[in-house]
Amino acid sequence: MNETAATAADLRDTALAQPANLPVGPIGRHGVGYWGAWTLIATEAALFAYLLFSYYYLGASGPPGWLLEPHPTLKLALPDTILLVASSFVASFGEHGVLHRRRGQALVGFGGAFVMGVVFAAVQVLEWKSKTFRLGDSSYASIYYVTTGFHMAHVVVGLVVLLALFVWTALDYFSPRRRLSVSAGVLYWHFVDVVWLFVFTTYYITPYLGFAR
Amino acid sequence: MKEPDFRTPRLGTESPELRERLHHIWETEPGLKGVFGTTDHKTIGIRYIVTAFIFLVLGGLEALAIRLQLAGPNLSLMTPEQYDQFFSTHGMTMIFLYALPILSGFSNYLWPLLLGGRDMAFPRLNAFSYWIYLAAGIFMYAGFVLGNGPNDGWFNYVPYAERNYNPGFNQDFYSLGMVLLGISTTVGAANFIVTAMRTRAPGMSINRLPIMIWGTLTANAANLLVVPAVSLAFFLLWMDRQFGTHFYDPVGGGQPLLWQHLFWIFGHPWVYAVVLPAMGMVSTGLPVFCRRPIVGYSVVILATIATMVLGFGVWVHHMFATGLPGLSLSFFSGASLVITVPSAVAVFAWLATITLGRPVVTTAFLYFSSMILLFVIGGVSGFMTASVPVDWQLTDTYFVVAHLHYVLIGINVFPVLGACYYWFPKMTGRLLDERLGRWNFWITFIGFNLAFLPMHLTGLFGMPRRVYTYPDGMGWNSLNMITTIGSFVLAVGLLLFFVNVARSLKSGAIAGPNPWDAPTLEWSVPSPPPPYNFAVLPTVASANPLWEERLGEQRTRSSIDRGMLLDVGKESIATTAMDGVPDMILEMPEDSVAPAVTALGITVAFVGMLLKSVWLPAWGVVWGGSLLTLIGLLMWLWPRRDLREREPAERGPADRRRLSGEAVA
Repeated sequence: MNETAATAADLRDTALAQPANLPVGPIGRHGVGYWGAWTLIATEAALFAYLLFSYYYLGASGPPGWLLEPHPTLKLALPDTILLVASSFVASFGEHGVLHRRRGQALVGFGGAFVMGVVFAAVQVLEWKSKTFRLGDSSYASIYYVTTGFHMAHVVVGLVVLLALFVWTALDYFSPRRRLSVSAGVLYWHFVDVVWLFVFTTYYITPYLGFAR
Repeated sequence: MKEPDFRTPRLGTESPELRERLHHIWETEPGLKGVFGTTDHKTIGIRYIVTAFIFLVLGGLEALAIRLQLAGPNLSLMTPEQYDQFFSTHGMTMIFLYALPILSGFSNYLWPLLLGGRDMAFPRLNAFSYWIYLAAGIFMYAGFVLGNGPNDGWFNYVPYAERNYNPGFNQDFYSLGMVLLGISTTVGAANFIVTAMRTRAPGMSINRLPIMIWGTLTANAANLLVVPAVSLAFFLLWMDRQFGTHFYDPVGGGQPLLWQHLFWIFGHPWVYAVVLPAMGMVSTGLPVFCRRPIVGYSVVILATIATMVLGFGVWVHHMFATGLPGLSLSFFSGASLVITVPSAVAVFAWLATITLGRPVVTTAFLYFSSMILLFVIGGVSGFMTASVPVDWQLTDTYFVVAHLHYVLIGINVFPVLGACYYWFPKMTGRLLDERLGRWNFWITFIGFNLAFLPMHLTGLFGMPRRVYTYPDGMGWNSLNMITTIGSFVLAVGLLLFFVNVARSLKSGAIAGPNPWDAPTLEWSVPSPPPPYNFAVLPTVASANPLWEERLGEQRTRSSIDRGMLLDVGKESIATTAMDGVPDMILEMPEDSVAPAVTALGITVAFVGMLLKSVWLPAWGVVWGGSLLTLIGLLMWLWPRRDLREREPAERGPADRRRLSGEAVA
């Protein structure tokens, strides 16, 4: 059992892989777990695509007056959207804290994004309360509440993830090398925020553009 | 002292000491912890296969009951309501609880062996996937046993599935059960994709994959994207039924066709998902018995991918009779006709392989080659119904039933039985009996065709499907009687298969590592394989690593006996997605009960959701289950030092074990 140095030429000639000095376990975001996070995002993105498909299908085939709010107010929804998108940057700020061994920055980032997420969720509850229609009023009401409800469920999962990252950072688990959980978790939070932009555009912007009017 | 973050894997050859060390690292603990905690892909694969076969038997018994009811006109063995539940449960069982899980079982068992790795990319996710599958199966069958099975066909059209028309628990069991099953399918799909991309043997570049991998990979890439459609469809149905939403109910502005769209956006890719892996089995197994590599390796792979891509664009051919606009019908009809091209490519590749090879007629060969015939019959009847006017004539008749059984039995059950004869020796170390195998094959083959070939005529003569009986004098009597007789012959054939398995497990001939003289990596390890699969990780130089000498296609040879040892911990190798160059040492998780705990939590939550309409405290059950799920996930995902997911603050037992392993070496 000799140790052998690796070269690419050896691999071609002898077909015996003689690997170089390899990372042991995940280094940075280089690890199968990060691929796993992307597959999760792919399937969740598909779920939202089908929810929005349902909206457009119901809207396109619905009778006139299908939109219960032809001019949905943006008073709460727009600031809330901006807050959620901003929280993505704050979470990213936290990730960079881990990348540069600045634990304080990381804690501020994950904690800040968590608080912003909680505020987003609270405002979303207010938004639901301010609606004049309820879940069972019509197919529009149903798809509105179910889509935003699905998104809310994803926010809650994202908040649990941010909280876990906060605790784990406080326990000093991570380093610039060993931080796959951080990168995967922050990636998930980005997804929660990006997918909201699609939901927001569909429910709050397309009526102004004339869809289903 | 901190362990280095980088290491050069040592190379070497196998030795008894190495095997002993690896065995100690990889073996599953005996006892309950091992039962509920194992992450060994081989154990999980066999669990999948056994469970799926149990469902096949249950679905088969339901089919026999249905066939008795239909044996003659005006029989009343079952009430119409019972008949509805029997044929719906039969469909649900065969399509959701047998057809894909059996393929997942084979793939779970075989993938790491075919790929030259020591486990799947996510072993705990693999265990989780099985537990959820089992839970979903029991959940839906609990409904059936309590007289609340699905009763609206397996595709469960609204409005009949809505509460006004269907007030019992039937649809609640089915809806929630299908959402639960969707979780299993989705995580399984994610696992297959990452495994195929990242955990192959060094040198196994993307153009050297066994075709079996491509079949399962494309199917699961589709599953990842389409399963959410059916989960959502069933979830919205459940919302309609339990919370008064109006997704499918025209009174509140809902759209019954939304159900059909969401269901078939999933449903048609799913049809390919339950046949492409089986076609992959044929493409991998058939050439072995033809004693030559498959003809048109690359073309078959491209055809597999093309079938799946086109498969996303044909769902509306299930909805030709729903009054959609003509343009839509034309488009989807065209796509459905085009999809026969890649299927034909595969058929001609198999035929050429048989023609140009020197076939050795074994039972496995019989199953694989007869599948080609059945595929052509099922394909042609599918091609016929891809034409809109023909479809209008044939929709909702027994012609469609005949078609779908040729597809699902012909392209799923036959390859799976062939795969059993082919890989059973690998899994158990013993060969299935060939003599009994012949009886098994011929009776199955004759029974199947006797049952379903005349059924095309039954459909052409206008007999509608999903009706519990039929009047005398329609010209359907003898055809139905033949089908019933055929179905019992088919059942006898399958029974012989199970007899063969039971007998051969005890007294089958000892197989040895490579009884078929096959070319792929799984045949380079002992039968059954040790817990760690490969003592040294092989390096691959071609798609047929064990046939390189005789093929002489290239100068380089695969390295089977010498390779990376990776014996200092539970480790395997990760390679790059395209070229298969080693780029990382994977730290594999120890056995863990976290997946079982998580699965239990989710199942409890679903039971609570089911009960909430009759029992208010059930919401507490939902919360309890969710909490248990959270605990399970935290156990699972908490960053672990032994997996190098976090910095070592201090030394733990896992590190000590690794270090002592290194010292011994």
